[in-house]
Amino acid sequence: MRLLRELYYILLGFLQGLGACWLFLFRILRYTPGALLRWRIVWQQIYSVGAMSLVLIMVSGFFVGMVMGLQGYNTLSKFAATSALGTLVALSLLRELAPVVTALLFAGRAGTALTSEIGLMRATEQIAGMEMMAVDPVRRVVVPRFLAGAVSVPLLTMIFSAVGILGGFVIGVSFMGVDSGAFWSQMRVNVDVWDDVVGGFIKSIVFGGACSLLAVYEGYYSHPTAEGVSRATTRTVVNSALAVLVLDYLLTAFMIHGV
Amino acid sequence: MRQTRSIEISTGLFIILGFCALFFLATQTTNIKAYGETGGYEVTATFTNVGGLKVRAPVTMAGVDVGRVTAIRLDPRTFNALVTMRIVSKFNEIPDDSTAAILTSGLLGEQYVGLSPGGSESFLKNGSKIQFTQPAIILENLIGQFLFNKAASGGKP
Repeated sequence: MRLLRELYYILLGFLQGLGACWLFLFRILRYTPGALLRWRIVWQQIYSVGAMSLVLIMVSGFFVGMVMGLQGYNTLSKFAATSALGTLVALSLLRELAPVVTALLFAGRAGTALTSEIGLMRATEQIAGMEMMAVDPVRRVVVPRFLAGAVSVPLLTMIFSAVGILGGFVIGVSFMGVDSGAFWSQMRVNVDVWDDVVGGFIKSIVFGGACSLLAVYEGYYSHPTAEGVSRATTRTVVNSALAVLVLDYLLTAFMIHGV
Repeated sequence: MRQTRSIEISTGLFIILGFCALFFLATQTTNIKAYGETGGYEVTATFTNVGGLKVRAPVTMAGVDVGRVTAIRLDPRTFNALVTMRIVSKFNEIPDDSTAAILTSGLLGEQYVGLSPGGSESFLKNGSKIQFTQPAIILENLIGQFLFNKAASGGKP
């Protein structure tokens, strides 16, 4: 009986969090046109959220591409089909790996920073101060950060894919001796613009929105204590990772069957 | 002020880099050229079996890419497959008695339509129909035929 009650409260808490997050999204979207007029603030946030993650994304992308090149070569050589290495690397990066890994890295690198920054603003009563001055903190603090994250993730994903394909190319062609013409031409025949590139881009837009929303939501509603901020930061990473993986399944199922 | 400026410039560079990556992926790694060919003319051909032919498969002549398959439908009366192809307008002097065959590139490769030229003086144009076709070779049927012939000849080689 007690267990059931515990479960009931956990479920209730989950639903409450989901609903609050959803309402928060509408609150953000209402101020979005206004924030776009003051694009300078958004621009500066894109620097700290997106441009600062660039090196991490490029290095990870390159190594993921190189691993794909090695693993793919090893497996494909069993079927004497190493000329399909380009297709394998490009399709797995564009469709799955780049959107998911970029979103996870983004949640760890930038999502946590957003949460702890906003959380500390609340803990040090800067947010309360803004409210006193009749400045809406959602409009001034939250919306630019959300927009910066939502814009940065798709761009980072595309950079991840491009660098990853180059990494696969370096390993496959330079080290393993796959023919470079076959690598690119097989890729060009089998990769579809709409299904693969645009599909991956749509995924990355959704992931970017979800990760940024969770990060600013957790920060804005964190308990104004040191412990509260640290808990909110942990929740950002955990919830972002779960949201990305669940959304990835849903989007993939929809793209394969629905379109 | 100076620092704000350099931050804004780096942001601009980041965004340009992102769009360059998107452009690179869309143009260099994909079959985007297959979508660009909106010109040209459409011809149809009926096949008794198209095998694994897919929409956007290439149409070739002597191995050279001359067009794409744009649609594959089933003719509800004859139960044949009706394949629509779009040929690039550059190749507008293909004889109208040419033969269309469904071929496979390599042992396990993709299937495509191969055109072999006829000798007619008039040419294929928009809406015309290729009369002579050769269906896809189905491996199972081939093996079945081979076994049947073996049995008919009493198993002797």
